[in-house]
Amino acid sequence: MSDCHGASPRAGLLPNPSILPPRPANDRPIIVAIVGPPNAGKSTLFNRLTGLRQKVANFPGVTVEHRMGKAKLKDNHEVFLVDLPGVYSLHPRAEDEQVTHDVLKGERGDFPKPDAVILILDATNLGRHLVLAAPILDLGLPTLVLLNMADDLEQRGGKVDIAALSSDLNTPVALISASKGIGIERIQQFLMGTAARLNAPPARIELPVLQDVPKCRQWAAKLGAQASYRAPAPPLWTRRLDAVFLHPVAGPLVFAAVVVAVFQSIFSWAKPLMDSLQGVLLNFGHWLTTVLPDSPWRSLLVDGILSGVGSVVVFLPQILLLFLFIGILEDSGYLARAALIADRTMAKFGLQGKSFIPLLSAYACAVPAVMATRVIENKRDRIATIMIAPLMTCSARLPVYTLIIAAFIPNIPLAGGFFSLPAATMLSLYILGFAAAIITARVLKSTILQSRGSSFILEMPPYRWPTLQSLSLRLLDRAKIFLKRAGTVILLVAVLLWVLAHLPLENGKTPPLEHSLAGMVGKGIEPAIKPLGFNWKIGIGLITSLAAREVIVGTLGTIYGIEGDELQQSKGLQAAVRQDLSTAGAVALLIFFAFAMQCFSTLAVVKRETGGWRWPAFQFGYMLALAYSGSWIAFHITRYFLG
Amino acid sequence: MDSANRAAIGASEPSPRTLAELATGERCILERLDLPEGLARRLMELGFLPGHEIIPGRRAPGGGPRVFQVDGSEVALREETAARLYVRLHPESDVAVTS
Ligand SMILES: Nc1nc2c(ncn2[C@@H]2O[C@H](COP(=O)(O)OP(=O)(O)OP(=O)(O)O)[C@@H](O)[C@H]2O)c(=O)[nH]1
Ligand SMILES: [Mg+2]
Repeated sequence: MSDCHGASPRAGLLPNPSILPPRPANDRPIIVAIVGPPNAGKSTLFNRLTGLRQKVANFPGVTVEHRMGKAKLKDNHEVFLVDLPGVYSLHPRAEDEQVTHDVLKGERGDFPKPDAVILILDATNLGRHLVLAAPILDLGLPTLVLLNMADDLEQRGGKVDIAALSSDLNTPVALISASKGIGIERIQQFLMGTAARLNAPPARIELPVLQDVPKCRQWAAKLGAQASYRAPAPPLWTRRLDAVFLHPVAGPLVFAAVVVAVFQSIFSWAKPLMDSLQGVLLNFGHWLTTVLPDSPWRSLLVDGILSGVGSVVVFLPQILLLFLFIGILEDSGYLARAALIADRTMAKFGLQGKSFIPLLSAYACAVPAVMATRVIENKRDRIATIMIAPLMTCSARLPVYTLIIAAFIPNIPLAGGFFSLPAATMLSLYILGFAAAIITARVLKSTILQSRGSSFILEMPPYRWPTLQSLSLRLLDRAKIFLKRAGTVILLVAVLLWVLAHLPLENGKTPPLEHSLAGMVGKGIEPAIKPLGFNWKIGIGLITSLAAREVIVGTLGTIYGIEGDELQQSKGLQAAVRQDLSTAGAVALLIFFAFAMQCFSTLAVVKRETGGWRWPAFQFGYMLALAYSGSWIAFHITRYFLG
Repeated sequence: MDSANRAAIGASEPSPRTLAELATGERCILERLDLPEGLARRLMELGFLPGHEIIPGRRAPGGGPRVFQVDGSEVALREETAARLYVRLHPESDVAVTS
């Protein structure tokens, strides 16, 4: 955000708004709403002006909630900007559109009505996008109209006369590129002038009747013509790529190849990085043991914290790889095609293609996925999608899956070496989660959530190259979140566990793990989990994993660290786990994690989005039952076959 | 539901009359939307306006929703929705048209 500081060299060129900054009489800061159709670049602009990191991706309906941020102006004043969900009009059909409607009309109790509006439209499709200008100008707020994607417009040979448009709309208009940062100074000028403009509301221009869509479209067409708008050539590459991705034969093949490549690479590419990270951590632990004097503190540090946190941190490369793929999928625009392809299948299970987008984002994390269901118009479809989202394999399951698979599944090459048994096992777990999700949806939709024919309407974004910058920002943010969790939840659990594993003292000495408080808790639930092939140590892990799924990995790390396990010291966690689990137990554990709802954050967000504890409670119970029966069956089947 | 629609139009009508019946690339002009008000409004906001040109595009592999070029963008609709949009063929549909 370097362009937000210091005196503007261009200030002299302004009509002069920056010289008059009388704030509104009361001390409330000025609030400017960023409004526009879906996928027009609102969040990209918001991020550029505020320095925040709202999620940006190339499909409609990314932002589903209002988000406020501060923009520092060149005159050192601050204004508050609000990023909003995209809308086609102020006639909301879905929950996300309702948010924008309510904020703009000042009908949201917890949020003040904005003082001014930045309307951002896609310049490559001005004819249709200008329609939104009518209801927005009708709000009577000072408005800046931004025509975004200037780079795209120019490249595809379109043009527009912004001076003419500005005089027709009687409001400032600028041609910008939010992602390239072209034309951003004009926004600064507008924002610096808003305070002045608040005292002088804009002169009204004649607007069409807002109820009458054809009239509004005609009005927009006339504006476009008067501004000598020349629409750009159709996006050739988008057509060409769709010819492949939506091809009846090539399309599904490409899809399958991509999926296989993703899973194989999560195993093979990430492995060397994980191994070296693990090596570094192990050596660090050895080094600490040699330099620090023997004391409880050293044990807490090395056996408790380093073993616990460290065993989770080694999964960072894998998580990042997964997010890299998700990022490419979202930024390129393929995700919308995936939803299109999935619609038919989803329809068979009572859902629709739009449910597929939240479900795909649940591969990262169920919390944003539950939020993302706001784009689904039909309430019952939306609830059904919320109920099944946590069954999708979120990234917190990845460390657990990887640890268990690497420990128990032999590395046998498949399909001529392109694929391997561990990667195939991992893929099956992802498919299992998805299958459980849509079957659950089917059951819900034909019982308690019946609804009549839902429709599927989705605008296809043009394909765009994912930029290196946006991908690396995504990874950086993800790494921060992951490490923060390791440094808070997982660290806390490790310390707590270490303490519980050292109490109560027996004759002034630490007890064997079995007799410690932690051991007693594990022993306490052992009868319940024995039928699944889990012993009391795994039981301790199951309990701590209620805090977050991947905590079980840290917990096992701490347990073996405290036991001073020779194997763990030399060969790592995988070897140590094999002492406590049979192969059948391992399969059961995988199934348990696939189905169980061990995530408080998800339950909390489900409660918020469904407005009560009824649905989250049902979800928790249902998933626990599924997990328990599923792993019981898996345990017995595997044991039967392996003898 | 296709047959129900056709019955409503009259079996004597030879040319395709709903968007769902058109072949890929067959340009047409929208005549009316026979849909609940809210849904019709949303489609109109997306460019499905009476008098506007629509070009049917690709179908999802395995037969699913279809992409339509309409008013400068591409919008996917299910067959059952497209079957409620009544169209007439574009007057120049067989002529190569530039811009
Ligand atoms: N070529 C180009 N692409 C842009 C520009 N601005 C944004 N984009 C891309 O457009 C896509 C949508 O951007 P977002 O900022 O997520 O759009 P949004 O309006 O917030 O979308 P919703 O939240 O879904 O309503 C992303 O892929 C951006 O990288 C631009 O000026 N030029
Ligand atoms: Mg957004």
